[in-house]
Amino acid sequence: MIYLKLFLSFLQVGLFSIGGGYAALPLIQSQVVEENGWLSMSEFTDLITIAEMTPGPITINSATFVGIRIAGVTGAVSATIGCILPAFIFASLLAFVYYRYRKLSVIKSILESLRPAVVALIASAGLTILRAAVFGEAEISFDNIRWIEAGCFAAAFLILRKCRWNPILAMILCGAAGLGLHLLFP
Amino acid sequence: MLYKCESKEKNKILGQLFLTNLYISAFTFGGGFVIITFMKSKYVNELHWLDEEEMLDLTALAQSSPGAIAVNASILIGWRMAGLAGMLAATAGTILPPMLILSVLSFFYTAFADNPYVALVLKGMQAGAAAVILDVVCSLGQNVLKEKSALDLCLMVAVFFSAFFLNINVIFLILAAVFAGIIRTVHVRKKR
Repeated sequence: MIYLKLFLSFLQVGLFSIGGGYAALPLIQSQVVEENGWLSMSEFTDLITIAEMTPGPITINSATFVGIRIAGVTGAVSATIGCILPAFIFASLLAFVYYRYRKLSVIKSILESLRPAVVALIASAGLTILRAAVFGEAEISFDNIRWIEAGCFAAAFLILRKCRWNPILAMILCGAAGLGLHLLFP
Repeated sequence: MLYKCESKEKNKILGQLFLTNLYISAFTFGGGFVIITFMKSKYVNELHWLDEEEMLDLTALAQSSPGAIAVNASILIGWRMAGLAGMLAATAGTILPPMLILSVLSFFYTAFADNPYVALVLKGMQAGAAAVILDVVCSLGQNVLKEKSALDLCLMVAVFFSAFFLNINVIFLILAAVFAGIIRTVHVRKKR
């Protein structure tokens, strides 16, 4: 049965993609392209492009995309449920342990060390996105700066720091400004 | 009491979890940490459902469970606020927008992916997302510096360097931080 097959394939993707994002790509590829032949390699590349251009985690995006193409809406739903089921089990277990034992000294000390590490990871993710926005695929050098995106970033950063704007509004305005400025100054 | 809300306000909280995550998830491009920073500004700064330390802890937990970070963070926050029902409401909000968008796009995806105007809007939004994340990093970083702990500072710099310049897998970095935490407890006990 195709629904069960979709469910089981994406269950594996959901279970083994620890660390999120691009860690999941090779897993999705092996399930979807190599083992089951649901997508060709070039369709898979299209899928990655779309996943990058749309909101949402790449695993959910690919579960929906593959599911709907193979077996319609029911297929998309069964693949997506497979994809998030392991997270449900593990994350709720972790939450239970965290809220029960976070006052213990060892756990407290581990959490205290994790906090600066998490800040550093978020910083790294932010700078990676900034690099992609300002330099695209090109090398980091003065000649390759995309000035419009760099300007959008600087303006948004200042406004967010000083005026505490709604972050989603700031991001949408950046999108509009990016398009508008590129059309004005091609 | 593990869950935060009382039964009479539960429905309100469930609705708010669902709608907040729906809104955040529909507009956030570019991966788990982007969503986490948006969740932080909503749930910590605006609604005051969680404090900042708790949010950072939940981020570390979301990072350590299998699956997408955004989904894991929704599960954890939902669980915290309203148990199983909260988990379901928060997760449904997070996964519905990508499911709907991808379902529609699966029919005419080449036209979308090749459109130059779409690409320009997305580049601009990417710059905006970077600004949002780095704004949050500045606030969080200041709080770490306030603690005036040399170990915390070293950890932050070392993890940043390993993640950004050396591209070391996040799982190893989390494990290293856990290890540092264990060493710190043992060290404190020996002193006594």
